[in-house]
Amino acid sequence: MRAARTILAVLALVLAVRSPAWADPPFDPKDPAMAKYISGDKRSGYTFAEPETRAMQDDDFMNPAMLWVGKGETLWSTVEGSAGKSCASCHGKAEETMTTAGAHYPKYDAGERKVVNLEQRINLCRSQAMGAAEWKYESEPLLAMTTYVKMQSRGVPVSVVVDGPAAPWFDAGRRFYYERRGLNDVACAHCHVDHWGQHIRTELLSQGMTNGFPTYRLKWQKLGSLHRRMAGCNEEIRAEPYPLGSFEYVALELYLAWRAQGLLVETPSVRK
Amino acid sequence: MPATPWMRHAMACAMLVAWTAAAWAEMPGDAGRGRVAVIGKGNCLACHHLPIPEEPDHGDIGPDLSTVGSRLGATELAARIVDPKTINPDTIMPSFFKTDLHRVAKDWQGQTILTRQDVADVVAYLLTLK
Ligand code: HEC
Ligand code: HEC
Ligand code: HEC
Repeated sequence: MRAARTILAVLALVLAVRSPAWADPPFDPKDPAMAKYISGDKRSGYTFAEPETRAMQDDDFMNPAMLWVGKGETLWSTVEGSAGKSCASCHGKAEETMTTAGAHYPKYDAGERKVVNLEQRINLCRSQAMGAAEWKYESEPLLAMTTYVKMQSRGVPVSVVVDGPAAPWFDAGRRFYYERRGLNDVACAHCHVDHWGQHIRTELLSQGMTNGFPTYRLKWQKLGSLHRRMAGCNEEIRAEPYPLGSFEYVALELYLAWRAQGLLVETPSVRK
Repeated sequence: MPATPWMRHAMACAMLVAWTAAAWAEMPGDAGRGRVAVIGKGNCLACHHLPIPEEPDHGDIGPDLSTVGSRLGATELAARIVDPKTINPDTIMPSFFKTDLHRVAKDWQGQTILTRQDVADVVAYLLTLK
């Protein structure tokens, strides 16, 4: 009896000490270490991440995404396709020729007459310049190459063209972002504009910024594309997702890149 | 005459409209079952703090509901749960008894998050929170 009462008392104490239930990761906007991850009112997902997760991203030797970067580097100089070329045949050293591309996609492609993202640009080079088969969306080689190319732009501010021929994509992306969907009847903006900094159970909502993609997610135990994340954010609210690489997700990606403008590319990021 | 899908749809809509009135307040509910629905199907703890200590990490998107029964009556609570957009068009809170939503996942099409009885049960539970 006494033991039971003691246990209850301890339990009550534990519950009392645990509230508020969440201990948010430390974030001080004046901390110089955070400056790289803030632009005006915009905050990278990094600033919402746990210190251990940040540490994994900070150190290229600890960052598990570097495995894919290594694969991408190998593929860069691998000859494939009927033209007998590798990426390096035309683009030379990625560290010299790909220093900004990752910050400017999605981008209108005059030849294709549509907005393409980095994954699709890489596949265009494969099918048209190399005479090689396109890589499937979310396949290992496409993830590896996208991450390798985008990482060359690390530290470059995100900046995309959203007017001119890109305008229809931008408008469609913005509409998507504010449109309620799914059985839960919510829009992206409800979580990432109206309620960032608050918690859905333990989950601390960030501003949903995209400057770190492709990202290594601890939950996935692997690297994943932005479109995979979008589909996940759709499925969680019981909405029918769109195919990865679809018009809808490329348009949304352009809108999200515009939202993230000014933040620095931090690919490959690590997130929970 | 067999009911066509369209007729069934029209009937369902008419019933939903009719039910959003004070009729909800009349429907008997069970507070014990309501508490279960609040934790489970309703997933209200995602966004609200409630006096349910065995569940950890209540969200803080919406207001604390620990004493909501002293603030709101059955009709208001039912309206809030059935379709909160009638109260605040911009709210993040789901409509728990509404169909005709945009791009619902295939497995959930035509369904509502809570049944009519669930809504009455949840209202009965919330009314005990004073
Ligand atoms: C019900 C709330 C909710 C909705 C609606 C939602 N998300 Fe998210 N999203 C989350 C949560 C939770 C996370 C993980 C924590 C975080 O970064 O906010 C997340 C993460 C993200 C991330 C990763 C951020 C990073 O730093 O890596 C992106 C990008 C994102 N969401 C985009 C979207 C888009 C686009 C939509 C609309 C299609 C959307 N989200 C809808 C809850 C939501
Ligand atoms: C035969 C030559 C050739 C090969 C091989 C080639 N590309 Fe390209 N690539 C181009 C040309 C030409 C452009 C410019 C297209 C344009 O601007 O319309 C381009 C553009 C790009 C861009 C966009 C750069 C920017 O600033 O917008 C990326 C990224 C890219 N290529 C990646 C790759 C990758 C990765 C490979 C290997 C899988 C590859 N390319 C193979 C010729 C090639
Ligand atoms: C996605 C987050 C979310 C979920 C899930 C949610 N709510 Fe809410 N709720 C809110 C927000 C935000 C408000 C604040 C008012 C507004 O947005 O209109 C609110 C307001 C309320 C209110 C009015 C409180 C007052 O003091 O006026 C009640 C009652 C309520 N919710 C009950 C519930 C119940 C019951 C459930 C589960 C069946 C639930 N909510 C699920 C976000 C949520």
